[in-house]
Amino acid sequence: MGVEIKVDDLTKSFGKQLIWADVTLTVPAGEICVMLGPSGTGKSVFLKALIGLLKPDRGSIIIEGTDIASCSEKELYEIRKLFGVLFQDGAMFGSMNLYDNVAFPLREHTKKSESEIRDIVMEKMDLVGLLGAEDKLPGEISGGMRKRAGLARALVLDPEIVLFDEPDSGLDPVRTSFLNQLIVDLNAQIDATFLIVTHDINTARTVPDNIGLLYHKHLAMFGPREMLLSSEEPVVRQFLNAQRVGPIGMSEEKDATELEAEKDMDLPPLPPIPLQLEPSNGIPRRSQKPPGEWCREHGIDPPPNSFLPSSALGT
Amino acid sequence: MSSPTAARVLAPVGTAGKLFAFGLDVGRGLFRRPFQTREFLQQAWFIASVTIIPTALVAIPFGAVIALQVGGLIKQFGAQSFTGSASVLAVIQQAGPIATALLIAGAGGSAIAADLGARKIREELDAMMVLGIDPIQRLVVPRVLACMLVAVFLNGMVSVVGVAGGYVFNVVLQDGTPGAYMASFTALAQLPDVWIGMIKALVFGLIAAVVAAYKGMNAAGGPKGVGDAVNESVVITFLLLFVVNFVLSTIYLQLVPPKTG
Repeated sequence: MGVEIKVDDLTKSFGKQLIWADVTLTVPAGEICVMLGPSGTGKSVFLKALIGLLKPDRGSIIIEGTDIASCSEKELYEIRKLFGVLFQDGAMFGSMNLYDNVAFPLREHTKKSESEIRDIVMEKMDLVGLLGAEDKLPGEISGGMRKRAGLARALVLDPEIVLFDEPDSGLDPVRTSFLNQLIVDLNAQIDATFLIVTHDINTARTVPDNIGLLYHKHLAMFGPREMLLSSEEPVVRQFLNAQRVGPIGMSEEKDATELEAEKDMDLPPLPPIPLQLEPSNGIPRRSQKPPGEWCREHGIDPPPNSFLPSSALGT
Repeated sequence: MSSPTAARVLAPVGTAGKLFAFGLDVGRGLFRRPFQTREFLQQAWFIASVTIIPTALVAIPFGAVIALQVGGLIKQFGAQSFTGSASVLAVIQQAGPIATALLIAGAGGSAIAADLGARKIREELDAMMVLGIDPIQRLVVPRVLACMLVAVFLNGMVSVVGVAGGYVFNVVLQDGTPGAYMASFTALAQLPDVWIGMIKALVFGLIAAVVAAYKGMNAAGGPKGVGDAVNESVVITFLLLFVVNFVLSTIYLQLVPPKTG
């Protein structure tokens, strides 16, 4: 039913270059979280730290009582069986066709017969819309197909935690919204914990239950979707609304003169908060909250026209 | 200690240490089950297929050159009947393992480094680790064993082809007597010479595969990184193999006294 990820005081640097410091957050079990951040803020590094591919310098990542940051290699390989990871380019094994790629984890980790494997693989291939392409090699298909095949492989062991490394990079808008719908449907279906790393605003605004924002070597904010979308915090506001005015510049941070120059500029009003993407069968997900609940509970007025059906983009 | 100069001077020591640690990891992976028989057979076949023909082609001139050199020299001493013996000794003790080393490192090792390097930069190795599979056990161990096996076989082939090449050159070009060439085979050479040749080939196969796998798995920086990894792995392997060859030859010559005809 999904597993909670508890990250505490995590710090990582490569040599002298600090990537991020003191990241503390809890990804709640069974919910969809999005980790946002401008390019080069170490979102992918964060993801790799979560699966133990990179050792953080400090801090802990607790999953089911095991600390990923300090556990032995053996424990790490055990705990990784809980994970399904979709890599940026799908990371398919180039020497195998798609069928063998998706069947690979089953063949390595289970004692299922070939016909059982065939059933599971075909089911997952159908789920991502790749039926009929199972004999193709990863080199022969488009980037979007590779991504979907990577998703099928990530799901084949029924993971408790699914991590997506930029599922929408390099995909056209139509495919992106199909993929987002697929993510929401999947969450409704398998109840796993989802963490999506992206910088696509539309995905971040409509898909998740929680949003985190990495900026300037730290976690700027992490919390429910409505909290961030209604936030007046300059960095959060600038990023989630894709504005030029704000502390984020072309190269990391703006300098004092630039900030001075825009001091008097009026910030555009916060756009309305769109409705969250619903599973396509209409039955709300277990972790889904009614629209506007967080705002009401915390006495915050959402921007005008929020939660109207028409304000949801890409549905 | 932390001064930049010291760090730069000590960097190669660190790399050597990491390579050694990687070798130990491979050694540990050797005993972890399940053993990847399929991958091992595929790799053995693959390495054999890229090395057999070049090795044979290298072995013929190798044997011929030794036959010509030794034959010319030995004629001046008036000991033509020992030509066969000398060329057997040279081919089996030195030329065989060296030619094997060159081909294993140049053809087999570079293929391993390129393969693993490409997998590394395409995140395939990361994906494998995330799927709970140790790439050292799944990919590297079968390759190392395959490389060692093929190296021993190649050594045998170089020995046979080299001696045969020497025979042809000696008999056809230098008017040697076929009977004398054959009869003197065992005059200087002895059985331990064959063993040391095989041991050398085994060690060379191990070193070539471990270095290639290490370099491949640590490739970084896109396609150029893979090219660099292949290049470095071949150069490092060559250097290591020649040093190890020298050390093994020296130890062998101390331990096993040469046969006096």
